[in-house]
Amino acid sequence: MVPHLAGLLPEAPSVIVGLIVNPVAGLGGPAALKGSDGPAVQARALALGSVPRAAGRATAALRALHARCPALHLRTVAGPMGEDSAVAAGVPYELVHRPAHVTGAADTRAAVAALGGVDLLLFVGGDGTARDVLDARPTGAVLGVPAGVKVYSGCFAVSPFAAGATAAGFDGTTLEAEVVDLDEEAYRSGQVGARLYGTLRVPAARARLSGRKTGSSSAPPGSVESIARAVAASMLPGTAYALGPGATTLAVGRELGLELTPLGVDVVRDGVLLASDVTEQTLLTLAMSQVTHAILSVIGGQGFVIGRGNQQFSPRVLDRLAGITVLATQQKLAALGGRPLLVDSGDTATDAALSGPARVVTGYRESVIYRIQSASEDS
Amino acid sequence: MSSHGESFATLPVAPKPALRRFHQARWDEEMIFELSRPGRRGIGVPAPDAPLVELPEGVGRATPPALPELSQNQVVRHYLRLSQETLGADLNIDVGQGTCTMKYSPKVNDTFVRDPRIAELHPLQPEDTVQGVLEIYWRLEQILEEISGMTRVSLQPGAGSAAIYANLAMIRAYHASRGEGGQRDQVVTTMFSHPSNAACAKVAGYEVITLMPDADGYPDIEALRAAVGPRTAALLITNPEDTGIFNPRIREFVELVHAAGGLACYDQANANGILGITRARDAGFDLCHFNLHKTFSTPHACGGPAAGACGVSEALVPFLPGPVVDRDGESYTLSSPASPVGKIRPFLGVTPNVVRAYAWVMALGADGLREVAETAVLNNNYLLHKVLQIPGASVPWPDKRRVEQVRYSWQELAEETGVHSEEIGIRAGDFGVHYWTSHHPYVVPEPFTLEPTESYSREDLDEYAAILAQVATEARQDPEFVRNAPYNQTVHRIDPTSLDDPAQWSPTWRAYCRKHRR
Repeated sequence: MVPHLAGLLPEAPSVIVGLIVNPVAGLGGPAALKGSDGPAVQARALALGSVPRAAGRATAALRALHARCPALHLRTVAGPMGEDSAVAAGVPYELVHRPAHVTGAADTRAAVAALGGVDLLLFVGGDGTARDVLDARPTGAVLGVPAGVKVYSGCFAVSPFAAGATAAGFDGTTLEAEVVDLDEEAYRSGQVGARLYGTLRVPAARARLSGRKTGSSSAPPGSVESIARAVAASMLPGTAYALGPGATTLAVGRELGLELTPLGVDVVRDGVLLASDVTEQTLLTLAMSQVTHAILSVIGGQGFVIGRGNQQFSPRVLDRLAGITVLATQQKLAALGGRPLLVDSGDTATDAALSGPARVVTGYRESVIYRIQSASEDS
Repeated sequence: MSSHGESFATLPVAPKPALRRFHQARWDEEMIFELSRPGRRGIGVPAPDAPLVELPEGVGRATPPALPELSQNQVVRHYLRLSQETLGADLNIDVGQGTCTMKYSPKVNDTFVRDPRIAELHPLQPEDTVQGVLEIYWRLEQILEEISGMTRVSLQPGAGSAAIYANLAMIRAYHASRGEGGQRDQVVTTMFSHPSNAACAKVAGYEVITLMPDADGYPDIEALRAAVGPRTAALLITNPEDTGIFNPRIREFVELVHAAGGLACYDQANANGILGITRARDAGFDLCHFNLHKTFSTPHACGGPAAGACGVSEALVPFLPGPVVDRDGESYTLSSPASPVGKIRPFLGVTPNVVRAYAWVMALGADGLREVAETAVLNNNYLLHKVLQIPGASVPWPDKRRVEQVRYSWQELAEETGVHSEEIGIRAGDFGVHYWTSHHPYVVPEPFTLEPTESYSREDLDEYAAILAQVATEARQDPEFVRNAPYNQTVHRIDPTSLDDPAQWSPTWRAYCRKHRR
């Protein structure tokens, strides 16, 4: 990748990258809370053993950017909303704001305003954070570093590494990307349906952006049911199956005569629902005590298999699974336009172990060999 | 409009506009059964002089056949009207149905089929009374063996997909004969191979594994490596694929499948780009098939009867469906080998199409067949050049050479105007041409697939490209106008649900009466 931004710097010393981290982004994922909005949910997530991960992902993005763009002018805010990550990445920074609080939507909006007219604003979070950034009406280009539970908006890079590389390659050309979000309360009760909140200008580097999630209604009639029949027929006696979120796995539940949690992880063994909407901790306990197999669907439009909406499948859980079955309609795979399926477990070695050509079940006795790649890999 | 109408009525005739002022014919014709009147006849046959012979019990039918009763001129008028209400291969510049390969079928070949010596043949005639047609079968088999490099060819299948199914039946029988029938239950194919391969494999009971294209547009060889193993029965693959791109590593694909103990089966339904240039057996394939209507100029026949040919290597000859034609000195015999495959259809094959294909090949000769391929490739690359001059049209993997067809994309035009490929096709119909997008799923966004074969002239290709350019311009200037097309057709939009709904579809008059005329 040509470091355009670095090339621009001598002539244009005013090119400034802003950084805002939502330190609580992603907390609710492993705890099966579907999101992290609000102090009550955040406290519950921490009580359930979730570990903050936004700061680490911000650091990874900054490292990738700084390596390509050593003369980087970074502007950020104090403490966990940016400064801590800049320090961890060893990147010099200009401090413009000391927030009183760090975990609310208003804090994000205040920080965007305080950063002023940056040329590219990197924000670290999920769809909720993207909405807060949108509300603050940023003047320049924006790029999301994915760290939230749900990352369905098109304004995110596919991984922290990709965000850093995209930022370094930013030459001023932008395109519009959608900000979408789900109502977390409705989402927790199982209703899916993204709402479009607006658009942000993002660097025009389509391949490295994750693309907006496409809806689950575009598959031709019968194809999802055909996948569900295939999965049900493949289930072995005595094996526990952990079914991830999504409309496709929900159809597997219908095929088994079980009502599954639409956006949670459920465990089925011998046709019986063993546990509903489990946390990462429960899943780990299960995988350590008995043969456990994961059944995961692909997020349409983005291609994510792991790391978006299903953080219950953490690296330590994934390492203990007996196998993973990936589900997608042929239409969903075709719509990826040749881009690989992505895994972003948060652990490089786990992602590498999951990478390579994989069988994706596309129907009854029907599959497609499709490439899985770590979202952090430079493609 | 003046009192004497459009300029057609005045002399001299006004120059024609750049694009044809086409309008589809509408005769509002009834079904031929509805035209029937009791007792109406085409020919008044004189009463016989001799007394009628009593038929033995059980031979005569109790009720007469339910055939329509019409006069001669009614019949002629009816079929001429129907012939105008189509956009068939003899009416339009039929390059818009890529992968299906619409080529011109010389009319002289139909005279051979109408000859009573062919038309009046009965499939149960004794061998010694059908030596001529058996010789035609035998000779066409020899020719197709030479074209494919295979050891033996069967012309029994009644269509291309029936030939693929026959190949799968042979593959299954081959593995069963080696005690691996139960173990080898997977068939590998590619996303850009003709979907009849996946469909036939499923019908034959196989699990289907599909390979996606790699970054260069070739089927992903790494995916093949991951797919093959002890469960692999066969690879079913088209080359060039529906993209028009020839896979130069095809031999490696075959070798990978062979190394895993599977068979390699080449879908040569459409061999227009490779006749006399490459051969299935030379790349190591064990089986192949041809659609006589795609490559050897017989009618498509709208779902049958077409004709298919299966070619196999030495090891698979014992598994060919029967009966097979053998030559013994100067005479030809039919024999049904002890093949576990049995028959794919009743009797020998679709004789009229075998005769047409034989006549077509013999008229061209070996050099002529190669010229067919060279002309098809030249025509295709000329059309490619013309289409790429239309703003908004593109080809995926533009650095890869195309053979006999191209899957194009209107993605750029669609993003700019919101007009989709299907809508462009409907508007193109207003200029009297047919247009097709792609099989599903759309791997190439906003796809359209053109295949000019050897049949069309440069003027034809210029006209087709000019129509596409015109529609693209209209899409930019007035997207709604294109979306509301057609304007020169007689039906605005057809509801396709009856094609997919068994409760509705009616391939015969009897079915139509049963389902819709209660």
